[in-house]
Amino acid sequence: MAMNYNAKDEVDGGPPCPPGGTAKTRRPDNTAFKQQRLPAWQPILTAGTVLPTFFIIGLIFIPIGIGIFVTSNNIREIEIDYTGTDPSSPCYKCLSPNVTPCICTINFTLDQSFEGNVFMYYGLSNFYQNHRRYVKSRDDGQLNGDPSALLNPSKECEPYRRNEDKPIAPCGAIANSMFNDTLELFQVGNASDLMPITLKKKGIAWWTDKNVKFRNPPGTDPLEERFKGTTKPVNWVKPVYMLDSDEDNNGFINEDFIVWMRTAALPTFRKLYRLIERKNDLHPTLPAGRYYLNITYNYPVHSFDGRKRMILSTISWMGGKNPFLGIAYITIGSISFLLGVVLLVINHKYRNSSNTADITI
Amino acid sequence: QTCLLIGTEKDLDVKTSKYNALNFLPMNLFEQFQRLANAYFLFLLFLQLIPQISSLAWYTTVVPLMVVLSITAVKDFISAFFPPSIVKIRLWHAGIQGSLSCRIVTEKWMNVQVGDIIKLENNQIVTADILLLSSSEPYSLTYIETAELDGETNLKVKQAISVTSEMEDNLKLLSAFDGEVRCESPNNKLDKFTGILMYKGKNYILNHDRLILRGCVIRNTDWCYGLVIFTGPDTKVMQNSGKSTFKRTHIDHLMNVLVLWIFLFLGCMCFLLAVGHYIWENNKGYYFQDYLPWEDYVSSSVFSATLIFWSYFIILNTMVPISLYVSVEIIRLGNSFYINWDQKMFYEPKNMPAQARTTTLNEELGQVKYVFSDKTGTLTQNIMIFNKCSINGILYGMSLVSLGRYIPKEKVDFSYNKLADPKFSFYDKTLVEVVKKGDHWVHLFFLSLSLCHTVISEEKVEGELVYQAQSPDEGALVTAARNFGFVFRSRTSETIMVVEMGKTRIYQLLAILDFSNTRKRMSVIVRTPENRILLFCKGADTILCQLLHPSCRSLKDITMDHLDDFASDGLRTLMLAYRELDSAFFQDWSKKHSEACLSLENRENKISIVYEEIERDLMLLGATAIEDKLQDGVPETILTLNKAKIKIWVLTGDKQETAVNIAYACNIFEDEMDEIFIVEGNNGETVGGELRSAREKMKPGSLLESDPVNSYLTTKPQPPFKIPEEVPSGSYGLIINGYSLAHALEGNLELELLRTACMCKGVICCRMTPLQKAQVVELVKKYKKVVTLAIGDGANDVSMIKAAHIGVGISGQEGMQAMLSSDYAFSQFRYLQRLLLVHGRWSYNRMCKFLSYFFYKNFAFTLVHVWYAFYSGFSAQTVYDTWFITFYNLIYTSLPVLGLSLFDQDVNETWSLRFPELYEPGQHNLYFNKKEFVKCLLHGIYSSFVLFFIPMGTVYNSEISDYQSFSLIVQTSLLCVVTMQVLSGREEGKEGGKISLETTYWTMISHVFTWGSLGFYFCILFFLYSDGLCLLFPDTFQFLGVARNTLNLPQMWLSVVLSIILCMLPVIGYQFLKPLFWPIIDRIHHCMRHPLPYPIRTKLKHTASRRSAYAFSHKQGFGALITSGKTVKAKLPKRNSSHYKR
Repeated sequence: MAMNYNAKDEVDGGPPCPPGGTAKTRRPDNTAFKQQRLPAWQPILTAGTVLPTFFIIGLIFIPIGIGIFVTSNNIREIEIDYTGTDPSSPCYKCLSPNVTPCICTINFTLDQSFEGNVFMYYGLSNFYQNHRRYVKSRDDGQLNGDPSALLNPSKECEPYRRNEDKPIAPCGAIANSMFNDTLELFQVGNASDLMPITLKKKGIAWWTDKNVKFRNPPGTDPLEERFKGTTKPVNWVKPVYMLDSDEDNNGFINEDFIVWMRTAALPTFRKLYRLIERKNDLHPTLPAGRYYLNITYNYPVHSFDGRKRMILSTISWMGGKNPFLGIAYITIGSISFLLGVVLLVINHKYRNSSNTADITI
Repeated sequence: QTCLLIGTEKDLDVKTSKYNALNFLPMNLFEQFQRLANAYFLFLLFLQLIPQISSLAWYTTVVPLMVVLSITAVKDFISAFFPPSIVKIRLWHAGIQGSLSCRIVTEKWMNVQVGDIIKLENNQIVTADILLLSSSEPYSLTYIETAELDGETNLKVKQAISVTSEMEDNLKLLSAFDGEVRCESPNNKLDKFTGILMYKGKNYILNHDRLILRGCVIRNTDWCYGLVIFTGPDTKVMQNSGKSTFKRTHIDHLMNVLVLWIFLFLGCMCFLLAVGHYIWENNKGYYFQDYLPWEDYVSSSVFSATLIFWSYFIILNTMVPISLYVSVEIIRLGNSFYINWDQKMFYEPKNMPAQARTTTLNEELGQVKYVFSDKTGTLTQNIMIFNKCSINGILYGMSLVSLGRYIPKEKVDFSYNKLADPKFSFYDKTLVEVVKKGDHWVHLFFLSLSLCHTVISEEKVEGELVYQAQSPDEGALVTAARNFGFVFRSRTSETIMVVEMGKTRIYQLLAILDFSNTRKRMSVIVRTPENRILLFCKGADTILCQLLHPSCRSLKDITMDHLDDFASDGLRTLMLAYRELDSAFFQDWSKKHSEACLSLENRENKISIVYEEIERDLMLLGATAIEDKLQDGVPETILTLNKAKIKIWVLTGDKQETAVNIAYACNIFEDEMDEIFIVEGNNGETVGGELRSAREKMKPGSLLESDPVNSYLTTKPQPPFKIPEEVPSGSYGLIINGYSLAHALEGNLELELLRTACMCKGVICCRMTPLQKAQVVELVKKYKKVVTLAIGDGANDVSMIKAAHIGVGISGQEGMQAMLSSDYAFSQFRYLQRLLLVHGRWSYNRMCKFLSYFFYKNFAFTLVHVWYAFYSGFSAQTVYDTWFITFYNLIYTSLPVLGLSLFDQDVNETWSLRFPELYEPGQHNLYFNKKEFVKCLLHGIYSSFVLFFIPMGTVYNSEISDYQSFSLIVQTSLLCVVTMQVLSGREEGKEGGKISLETTYWTMISHVFTWGSLGFYFCILFFLYSDGLCLLFPDTFQFLGVARNTLNLPQMWLSVVLSIILCMLPVIGYQFLKPLFWPIIDRIHHCMRHPLPYPIRTKLKHTASRRSAYAFSHKQGFGALITSGKTVKAKLPKRNSSHYKR
């Protein structure tokens, strides 16, 4: 008869065993990984670990907070709003667009002397530098000195891409709206004479921006030649190659320009304007006394309810004046401590009852 | 013209793939984009290409989409072209072909067509429905085993109609066979077939006795020829197997609902922000036009707001993360691999590891509430063992309990008996000694065993007897007698040849008083060589007791005690008795018997009256106990599953007695149960009444209108409703058989059935057809909000395996039907507890943790944009660098969460098995549900709030005011917070359920993943913000130098630390308080602290009460067959069959 085989032996789900009994075993490997036996650390939140955590956080945060708060308070800072919305303000006259150029002077007094390097900022409020359409309205290729982008700026720059059939350099809404007030500072001397204070305009931008991200169009020609074929942004008075007389601070690598191009995160912001370097150890950089702030008022913000400020500030290890961090740290530290106490009480009240019902094996 | 062929066997690859090398890419992409999520991202991509509304660079969507699509494509590619080895199905091919040359051709089963004539041989599995034409046995009988179909293990007989049986194996005649069969269309009724064979101008009626169904095994028949009637999906078994549907888990459905919720939430958000934008443009934007003029196409702020709606739609799309589905797939795949790799689910004897054949159902394994189990081959091994006996009041065979199952025992030496079956083992030497001594009673006992049966013996090789028993019980008994020296060697229609302790004796068989369900006993009357007439009877103890001679009362009491012992061990018992008959009395009776047999009216009744006349005043011989061998560890497993509140229903095609016996043996029923209801009504009304009264007893008042479920049912008649859980007053069991079930499954009764059955602790459904099994599963699925699991090994289980949420196949003794349609397969029932309690629980926990965490991290990530909108003129400005958005889900946060969801273990496997209660939260879906989702949302909102306002406070009007630095601070804080969230987090839950989002199990890999990915973030940061990259693509990489300039600012780090602490504090506090009020967490913590519990051996309680465990899984009618001589093979000269061979 035909082949005789036993179904029972054959259909067992396994592969057919080759004769000779050398069947390959399909036993899974006995490795810790495959058997899910990897050595492991199992953290458990118990009263012994959680409560101390809360107290320790409290104990660490409160001193840090106090430290930050004190440091922040020791920073000298003065903020002067020169928008001129108030009729009594010297700059009130400049609100009208007809007066050009409009120069106004604000005097102020420093009660305490500013020591060390002093930073001079301009601050804007209600200015939406973080609006999406504003943020993207630039051509980084152009700013990086790409010759093709110089003459053919990105579409993102619309409507500040071309003017009178010429490409705008630098193109875009950001560049177009560049802050162009000029601020000067004078110290009122003993005999009411005005001593100008040296304002350093280099070193206010990031090194990477100044040296890597922003570059003038390549070439050895004078800047004017290199920017040939382009036109200035609509709002600007001067073309980009006339921003400064210093070759290292002109064109796209002008630091005021670079600072402006680094858009702000929030509608109220300050940007570094000038540095006042300390003179020597004996004299404070800005001694207490009266000062004049001379403003060439070019930048209109009144139409959209904006505000302009001038800020003088010293810095500490943790930057400028910032009461928020200190207060936040103290608050969180206290809350943590309080929570720790509350949890301790709750734990005492309930844990005893639940622990007695421990598992009996 | 039809010719025939012989079978051989070959491996056959069944390719199920719809792909080939050429169409793979287009087809796969097409399929992928049919998924809602992918289509949505494609739509989003198109939105982003519109410059007016594009608020994000195109690559933020393209990169993740590409990654997602390619991962899925690779997965599909692997499964299409490198299928797992199991897809290789071994098919038998037995042959067929129509050629004129009348040869026998071998063919694959796959190619067998309707109308072919095929030849089947002994032990072959039939894979088509075949009309029997002729066979090697007399009268063209063919024996088949139908265990695959109905779970019954006894042999059944099919007989060919006489016209065709004359052809025998004459190839010429067979090939010239030109009959025409007209029959019913394919249907699922296993026990019905009607058709007509038109042959040589005559019509022959065909019924199901002529039909060999797919799934049967040919036994005890050398060969048979058959005509193929139905093939493939038309066969009765396949018709019964139900539709295979694509299974999705509850979590899948929940996920889809949640994604919809998120969409709605997203829409609302976008709308609100658009309104905000409208107001802003009116109040501020309009006046700000000096510096930022409106675009030409923007005519009004309404139009602008409309555009902004879509811009925000793009920005906030990360709330519906594209990587969600892919990550879920990866996690499931990983957890499936753990199942495949588990050594503790590897079965050495069969060299068979567990297999997760479906990789999409893992977490559902942690939620199972109902297990539907087959009996034969699943709970039992389908092996009967002669375990103990009581002869003349003396007990032989050692108690299982006193010995302990695992103590090696010494087998009894049967070498004195040359005809002994070497596979038989017995452990009590005393019985052999008694046999050797020649004890009269013991000899009579075994003689009775070797005479009183309907077994057929085969002796192909001298001395090697093969018994073909109609039921395995009988086989075990006759084999026992054979080993002890009373060898049943052969029989003719009138004689039985027995080798008694080496001496061959021939007994004349005078009558077989056949078995029937009502009689529950069978007897033979034989004439000994000494010319004594003896009646041997064996049957159920309850019946036989009443037929005993009064003189054996004391013996009866002792034997009854022994029977109690047997029953308490879960053994199947039988009582044996004999009677010596007076010759005259027998002659007289014999006459009456023949008369009764010949009477035309009421014959059955008359015969049984005649039988009763002679079956009385019996002398008790003893009792036997047969073990229906359970698979290893079945009772323990069921005990554990019960503790995990998993309900186990046994659905079997077998008889009620056997099923109930097994139910007791494996702890599904316990003696402590308050009551066991039996539903056996024959019409709808009685069945309904029985169900209702059972429910009334379990839960008094449950029939009243006032019962909450009743009033719920009267108020809410819409179909897709779920019936709440009902708590009975005690523990109850329910037995229902197939006939009653057919009524109970109809219309209005199905709810009664469901409510009653679901209140019971254990349910046994017997005599079920495969389709009914599926119907029961469907019923529970339909009205109960639970996860069901079906486990079985045979073709008859396929339907329920497909119907249940999870199908588990036991790769049993024969056939792979069940396994091939299952989702998980292994070879021992006991692995089920590991699959559910360990792998299922872990998978479920991991998936839930993953989902909560995943939703949380994306909310925290995305909602920061919403806060920022208030400060950026609702202009759809993003907070983060576009590259951060691109990589956030893909790179920065994917590894920690994968580490969490692949390696986390809240408690180790030992504890999961020791405290099955830990499984319960999954059944109620406590770890991730809509409530948990809302918590994730709230938590995300809180985190995003902190993550925006802390950095904002830090930079507000300070010297770091630029947008790019601010972005860096926020994104670094975000990443730290969400990563910290992985390592310490939250616990949630209700009513004792809990989830800890934290990683509770820190392996080296988790460490590497978490810290590595945080470190990786900084590396990528420096790379993306590096000079070279930015100079190459100044427009795409704008963040040049930000990392260098900002990361060394102390304010930044102070702000990051502050954000982290503020996000973590409430979470830690919450998590700490949780175990105080929810003790189960305490328990889990306890388990975590003590990694290894002392192992406790589960002590198995054996049922003490007595059950009438009648051992015959027998069919009526075999006695008649034997006496008629049909089963006895005519010693035909064997033909030369060489020409069949290839």
